[in-house]
Amino acid sequence: MSFIITTLIMFAFWILLSGEFTLILILSGVIFSCIVSFMCHDFFIGNANIKQETIRILKTIRYSPWLMWQIFLCNIDVVKMTFNPNMPISPTVVSFDPELKTNMGIVTLANSITLTPGTVTITGAKNKFLVHAITESAAESLMEGEMQRRVRELEGDISV
Amino acid sequence: MDIRTIITGILLGLGCFLIVTGSVGVLRFPDFYTRMHPAGKTDTLGQGLVLLGLMVYEGVSFISVKLLFIIIFIFIANPTATHFLAQSAHLSGLKPWKKDD
Repeated sequence: MSFIITTLIMFAFWILLSGEFTLILILSGVIFSCIVSFMCHDFFIGNANIKQETIRILKTIRYSPWLMWQIFLCNIDVVKMTFNPNMPISPTVVSFDPELKTNMGIVTLANSITLTPGTVTITGAKNKFLVHAITESAAESLMEGEMQRRVRELEGDISV
Repeated sequence: MDIRTIITGILLGLGCFLIVTGSVGVLRFPDFYTRMHPAGKTDTLGQGLVLLGLMVYEGVSFISVKLLFIIIFIFIANPTATHFLAQSAHLSGLKPWKKDD
């Protein structure tokens, strides 16, 4: 099952990248997607639960607009700080326990923290996040836990 | 000058402005950790906006989809790279700059 799905995804990607529909290209696409998915379908899908994965992808899509908005705010923030002659920064390092269960959740949270206003993840581990915040207000807004809550929601009831 | 060209121009301009801001920030901020902020963030959105502008210019085609993939990869790879730079600085014992220093 995972072999077929991997082959289909590989072939779709092949079509996308080639953009041409001659016989030789389609044929080599089929052959190469079969070879690639024979070698690595275990890693790509493995024994993951298809239904859970679909739910997770949908949740990720729902999470992205909020993240985009945060990235936008963050960039305005950085631009303001950069061109302010007084340099209104007071860097702090905070650590907290994200209470996440899956590796996927940890990666998402770490990257989201890096992309949002005034914070960069220094270390992200299962029970300890070390975050460098450029201003104290950035650290405070992170500690309010809005993002952690959203990522936990994204993670849902999917176990490790 | 149709509307698509204008939108492309605006997006490209904004993207370039953000990338320039990132470079200025890298020069102005006091230490390594604070420099990660402009370098890691403005570049992500700046490159994203430039590619989005090219997508608008190109219209609906295979090339636009390829550009969309590049945007997605940048949005995953760029913060990860920033995070790893910060982590290796932390592991090698670099202390963050404080306001009072």
